[in-house]
Amino acid sequence: MAKKKEEVIRGAEVSNEGNRAINKFRVSDFVMMALIVLLCLTCILPFLHLAAKSISGNTYVVAKQVAFWPKGINFDAYVSIFKDGGLTYAMVYSIVVTTIFTALGMLVCTCAAYPLSKKRLKGRTFFTFALMIPMYFGAGLIPSYLLMDKLNLLDNMWVLILPLIYSPYNMLIMKTSLQTSIPDSLEESAFLDGASNLQILTKIVLPLSKPVIATLSLFYAVGRWNSYADNIYYIQTDKLKMAQYKLAQMVSSANAAQTVSLSEGAAVTSTPEVLQSAAVMVVTIPIICIYPFLQKYFVKGVMIGAVKG
Amino acid sequence: MAKKKAGKPNVQSGVTWRNAFKRDWQLYMLLLFPLAMVIIFNYAAYPGLRLVFMDYKPAKGFEGSKWVGMETFAKIFRDADFFRALKNSIVFNLLDLLVGFPMPIILALILNELRYPKFKKVTQTILYLPHFLSWVIVGAVAYSMFRPTTGLVNIALMNAGMIQEGIPFLTEKWHWAVTYLLVGVWQGMGWGTIIYLAAITGISGELYEAAMIDGANRWKRMWHITLPGIKGTVVTLLIMNLGRVMGSNLERLREFGNSQVRDFQYQLAIYIYDKGLGGGKFSMSTAVNLFQSAVGVVLVLLADRVAKKLGEDGLL
Repeated sequence: MAKKKEEVIRGAEVSNEGNRAINKFRVSDFVMMALIVLLCLTCILPFLHLAAKSISGNTYVVAKQVAFWPKGINFDAYVSIFKDGGLTYAMVYSIVVTTIFTALGMLVCTCAAYPLSKKRLKGRTFFTFALMIPMYFGAGLIPSYLLMDKLNLLDNMWVLILPLIYSPYNMLIMKTSLQTSIPDSLEESAFLDGASNLQILTKIVLPLSKPVIATLSLFYAVGRWNSYADNIYYIQTDKLKMAQYKLAQMVSSANAAQTVSLSEGAAVTSTPEVLQSAAVMVVTIPIICIYPFLQKYFVKGVMIGAVKG
Repeated sequence: MAKKKAGKPNVQSGVTWRNAFKRDWQLYMLLLFPLAMVIIFNYAAYPGLRLVFMDYKPAKGFEGSKWVGMETFAKIFRDADFFRALKNSIVFNLLDLLVGFPMPIILALILNELRYPKFKKVTQTILYLPHFLSWVIVGAVAYSMFRPTTGLVNIALMNAGMIQEGIPFLTEKWHWAVTYLLVGVWQGMGWGTIIYLAAITGISGELYEAAMIDGANRWKRMWHITLPGIKGTVVTLLIMNLGRVMGSNLERLREFGNSQVRDFQYQLAIYIYDKGLGGGKFSMSTAVNLFQSAVGVVLVLLADRVAKKLGEDGLL
C-alpha cells in the first residue's frame, strides 16, 4: 500500500518535470512568483522591523526613523530584560515545562497510536472511539477548573503539563502515519522471528518513524510554548507562569499606559516600545532556532499523516 | 521478508478476548497510559457539567448549591451580554471561514504551479512561520505595524503623503474587524496549504499529461484536474471548520483587544471567561460553554450528513 503510493508520488513528480520542459516561462509565472514573494515579505518584514527597533537608540525610535535598519545600535533593552530576571526566569521555566511536556506527550501519543494502528487488535474500534471523544466534545472551562481543583493541581507546574499531554489530534496523525508508512510484512516477519510487540515497536517501528516523531514533537513543543490561556485559568503564583504570559502582560501594559513593568533593579533606560520589541524577540528566538532543524521533517511528517486523516 | 503473508495472524473476528490478550497484552498495557489520561483529565470533568442545572456557588460546592433545573438557561436567554457575544462570535467566525478558508486552497494551487523547486521550498518555509508564533507575538507585531501614530504602516503611508492622519487600524471597531480578520488569515494561510499540497501530490500525473495533449492550458488543468482532485480534502476540512463557528480563540481576542473595540471583541470565549472565572457566575458560564460545544458538534454532524448526501466521503 505504502509502496504503491510512493510510486504514484514519484510518477507525478516526473511528469511535472516533463511539463516544465515543455512550457515556457510566461507572464502568469511571473505574476504568481511576485505574489508569493509579496506574501513572504509580509511574513518577514514585521519581524525585521521589530528586530531593528529592539537594538536601536531611543531617540531614533521616538522620531519614527527606524524601519528595517537599526539606527544608533545598542543592546540596552536586552540588558535590562536580562537584569530584571523576571522574563529570563520565565524563559528557563518555560523551557523546562515545554521539554517535559513534549517528552511525556510523545510517550503517551506513541502508547495510544501504536496499538490502535494494529488492525488485529481486539476492541480497537471501542478504544479509538473512547480516545477520540474529547476532541469533539470538551467539558468546558469551569468543569475542568473544578476538576483541577479536586485533583489538587491548581497553582502547580503540572497543571500546565498533564491535562494536555494526550492530544487526540496528534494521536490521529501518528496512527495514520504508522499505518501507511510501515509495511505490515516487515512487522510480521519480525513477529515470526519471535520478537514481542514491544520489541517490534522500539527496534523497528520507532526508528522508521522519525519524520512523524519530529513533526509531532514540534507540534507539542510549539503548542505548549505558545499558549498561555491555561496560565490565566489555573496559575496564580508569579513564579509558575510561563514566558508567553509574562510577555502578554508586558505587551498589554505597554499598549495601555506606555510603560513596561520591570523591577527596580533592571534600571530601564529604553522606551517601552524598544523594550517591548526586545521582549518579543527574546521569546520568539527559541522557536526560530528549532524551526529550521525540524522543518525538513515536518512537511513530510504532516503529509504522511494528512493524506487520509 | 520472504515469508510475507504466510503467518498472518488471525484478524479481529473470531479471536476470544483471552487469546487476544495473550497475544497482544503488551499493546493493551501501552493503551492503559492514554486511557488513564483521558479518563482522569477529560471524562472525569463531564460530571461537573451538572452545575448547569444548579445555582452553583463556588464557596458552597456541589453539595451546598441548589438545584434549579432549567433556570440557568432561562437566565442566559434573558442576558443581553450573551446575545451580543453570540452575534459577534457567529459573525466573526463566519467571516473568518469565508475569507480564511479559500485562501490556503488558492495559495496551494499557486505553490503547486511554481517552477523552481528551490524557490518553492524557501517560500513555503517562510509562509509556514506565522503559524508557529503565538498570538501574543502576532498581536505585538500587529500593534507595532498598525498603531495610529507610531505604527510602521501608518508612518510609511504618511511619509508617502497618501494620508494626513494615521488610520486607526486597531482602535476603531470597523477597521479593527478588518485587521483582525486579515491578520488571522495571514497567520493561518501558509500552514493551511500543507494538507492541500499533500492531496495534490496524490493526483495521478497521467491526468495532467492527457490534458496537455488535449490542449488544456494551465488554468483549465487547475480547474478541471487539480481542484476536483482535492475536492474530498476541501470538504473534510470545511466540515471540521464548521465545528468552530461558535468558538473563538481567547488568546487571539485578548491580544487584539482594547477598550475602543470592545463592541466587536466581546465574543463567547470572552463571555465564558469573564462570567465564569472572572465573575464567579459558574453556572451561566458553563451553560454557555455547553451550548457552544453542543452547537459545534451538531454542526459537524449536520455538515457530515450533507456531504455524504452529496456523494462525498464525509468525516466520520
